[in-house]
Amino acid sequence: MWPIFDYGRFVSIISSSDVYGVVWMRSLAQLHKMANLRVLVGVKRVIDYAVKIRVKPDNSGVVTDGVKHSMNPFCEIAMEEAVRLKEKKLAKEIIAVSCGPAQAQETIRTALAMGADRGIHVEVTGKSIDGDNNQTGQMTAALLDWPQATFASEVTKENDHLKVVREIDGGLETVKVTLPAVITADLRLNEPRYATLPNIMKAKKKKIAKHKAADFGVDLTPTLEVVGVEDPPVRQAGQKVESTEELVAKLKDSGVV
Amino acid sequence: MLSTGKLRPTLGLVRRPWCASAAGIHSSGRRLHNPDEVDLFDFRYTTPFVKNLFVGKFIREQVFPFPRLNQQDYDQLQQMVDPVERFFKDDVDSAQIDTDAKIPAETLQGLKDLGLFGMQVPLEYGGLGLSNTEYARLGEITAIDGAIAVTLAAHQAIGLKGIMIAGNAEQKAKYLPKLATGEHVAAFALTEPSSGSDAASIQTRATLSDSGKHFLLNGGKIWISNGGIADVFTVFAKTEVVDSKSGEVKDKVTAFIVERSFGGITSGKPEDKLGIRGSNTCTVHFEDTPVPIENVLGEVGGGFKVAMNILNGGRFSMGSSGAGIVKKLIEQTAEHATTRTQFDRKLMEFPIIQEKFAEMALRAYAMESMAYLTAGIMDRWPGGSPDCSVEAAMVKVYSSESVWSSVSEALQVLGGLGYMKEYPYERYLRDARILMIFEGTNEILRMYIALVGMKFAGDILKEKLKELKRGNIGVILQTVRQRWGSGFGMGPSHGFVSEDRFIGDGFKAHPSLTAGAKLLEENVNNLGTMTETLLARHDKGIVEEQLVLKRVADITINMYAMTAVVSRASKAVVMGLPNYDHEVLMANTFCQKTYNENMQMFHDLGGENTDAAVQKIGKDILKTGNYIAAHPLDRTHDFDNIDVVPPQR
Repeated sequence: MWPIFDYGRFVSIISSSDVYGVVWMRSLAQLHKMANLRVLVGVKRVIDYAVKIRVKPDNSGVVTDGVKHSMNPFCEIAMEEAVRLKEKKLAKEIIAVSCGPAQAQETIRTALAMGADRGIHVEVTGKSIDGDNNQTGQMTAALLDWPQATFASEVTKENDHLKVVREIDGGLETVKVTLPAVITADLRLNEPRYATLPNIMKAKKKKIAKHKAADFGVDLTPTLEVVGVEDPPVRQAGQKVESTEELVAKLKDSGVV
Repeated sequence: MLSTGKLRPTLGLVRRPWCASAAGIHSSGRRLHNPDEVDLFDFRYTTPFVKNLFVGKFIREQVFPFPRLNQQDYDQLQQMVDPVERFFKDDVDSAQIDTDAKIPAETLQGLKDLGLFGMQVPLEYGGLGLSNTEYARLGEITAIDGAIAVTLAAHQAIGLKGIMIAGNAEQKAKYLPKLATGEHVAAFALTEPSSGSDAASIQTRATLSDSGKHFLLNGGKIWISNGGIADVFTVFAKTEVVDSKSGEVKDKVTAFIVERSFGGITSGKPEDKLGIRGSNTCTVHFEDTPVPIENVLGEVGGGFKVAMNILNGGRFSMGSSGAGIVKKLIEQTAEHATTRTQFDRKLMEFPIIQEKFAEMALRAYAMESMAYLTAGIMDRWPGGSPDCSVEAAMVKVYSSESVWSSVSEALQVLGGLGYMKEYPYERYLRDARILMIFEGTNEILRMYIALVGMKFAGDILKEKLKELKRGNIGVILQTVRQRWGSGFGMGPSHGFVSEDRFIGDGFKAHPSLTAGAKLLEENVNNLGTMTETLLARHDKGIVEEQLVLKRVADITINMYAMTAVVSRASKAVVMGLPNYDHEVLMANTFCQKTYNENMQMFHDLGGENTDAAVQKIGKDILKTGNYIAAHPLDRTHDFDNIDVVPPQR
């Protein structure tokens, strides 16, 4: 099943070109060494990061009506990385894909304005906000049986593989993945550019292909049900203590120690 | 007698793209125009809106429904708003720009990269080709930093506008592409030390060289925005023109495109200003600067008109820029009012504070409604290029003064904190002060509004008078009553409030706006009568009666504002926009307040006012050169000895 409901961190799939390209490339030898990568970037429409989230009174979810939505900032970082690859002539085509309601097309348009060549919109009705689940990239790699490098903070191409520096709890880890591969972006990968107004206007001419989930034979019946959404508990006021003895006594009283 | 010979006989057959009921080509009640039977008195199609108010005519089809964009254009506009807002939020340090009196090079480059230097330049020359409406929308965001807003406006709203509207194909192709990307910066050079409002009196000269191939430019301009950084100037200079009819040699203004690279151009050091300190303002001197004759903009001798067209075209956006500033201030100030506690209550609970916020919101609402209504009229006028100079002037006057008072009130809400440089209020106040001065001082614009309107009315009334002189009074009276409605008291209803819940033919206000609309209607009738009275009383001498003209201008500005808010609130209800009931309340309240102001001014115009006395006082003081009254403590020598009989207890 094509993962649909949440992207968590975004997904970037770098695939090798079709046979055509490889043969053509070979014949041109040194000149266009590796401009044969195609990059698929997932972009998701989420509640704008600056908006104050409010939980709906019935606790069934968060308020999304009339709330400002934008592209997930991590998706922007992913788009930026793809555009940089294209500018370095390492990638030849960038495709932006989004699974979501009709408004997801606005997000795809932003991706087109940032530099994607074309877009794919899979129409999926129903709520989708960012659940911060951090699953999509990993699930995609598993389904495609491709190698993955997640939480990337630096991506460099070396011959026919990618060297990726990952941010992990203990520090930085460098891995090598062969192509095609799935990469997910972390905050420090790059600083996304603004979609300039001239590019926004040019993006109008780029194509967005529209599909429904059924076109791919995908069953959207949820296997997960959100039972409730709540505000985090109100922070309790702290207490000041005068001495270590008092601290220990209080800890003992509250049963923590 | 018509001011324009342009008639639009095909209009009845043209689709009005902004119609709510746009399915049909013509709505019920409108007769189709046969090109051979054009009604010369049908001002629906010849003149944009406000001038007609002066003859008591309210052409509802021009202002209802409120202009709107189609979904595609709207979506694209929203897309463009986002990166610009982000840029101003994250990459513009207004406080630093103000302190340094300079916009950093990276910020300027960022603006250029975003495409903000060529917003209205046509697409084929590398610009964004934005309509007036879209330009106004982005103006709401760029206004957040006054210095940047003025730099951008000086470059494109006036600097390169001349090339766009009066340039020939070669000039456009040569200059616009680099100006659109910001590779070259433009400036508008008209003002001189002895010629500010009186633009026709400039003294910079352009003399044709012996070879006849170029003009030599000599003179000095002051207070030129972007003067120090511009590569291309639109310069206005006096040239000798031979009158084709009389053979007389006259001095007339000609507009030129002058490149800094032509040589002989020096810019002075940047002026140290009260506000918009980041904007570069300086003197520009021309010493024997050679300007090829190909660089004459428009015709030799036709420069004054070019200047006026340039200036008239850009003014309306002050409404949206102003609203952008005030709306932001409302948000920032509200935060203070909702958290600050005095006398055991939050500031927001005090009516005096509530009034301040209402006043700011009402003014912002009116400003932006007027701006977008004007932009909409301009963008959608069949055949393009209507003369909306009076509307634009009204927007400018109203917005500049509203921004000044709103910023002042916002500062007041913060009290002492508002006065401190730590907070941006004092900078907003300083930046706002220029609005009433540049782009045509508000005094000049008020005279312009009133005189253009009165002239329009006067021309029509002259025609009426001619017919009156000719004959049958009864018939004439009937015609007058039919066409002009007013003239002898309260005229008939102009019928721009819809009686039914659904908006009838689309060119009316929604019934929930009845309260406000009725007041506006009354004022329209009052104005029609008043114009006739004034013209009868003063005739051509009205030009000198500035205090009368000032009131007329203020009344009509108010009426345009009322029209805009009623139309906009109507649209909100019809579309079911969120919080439309709040908008209806604002619109009706605004109309009531403004109507009250208008009635006071109508009363003053009616006869009993203090004008003569005020003018005498002013003249006496100016003659003496200072305050005349004796000091409160002054006394005469013998006063104590005079017999003064105390009052009987």
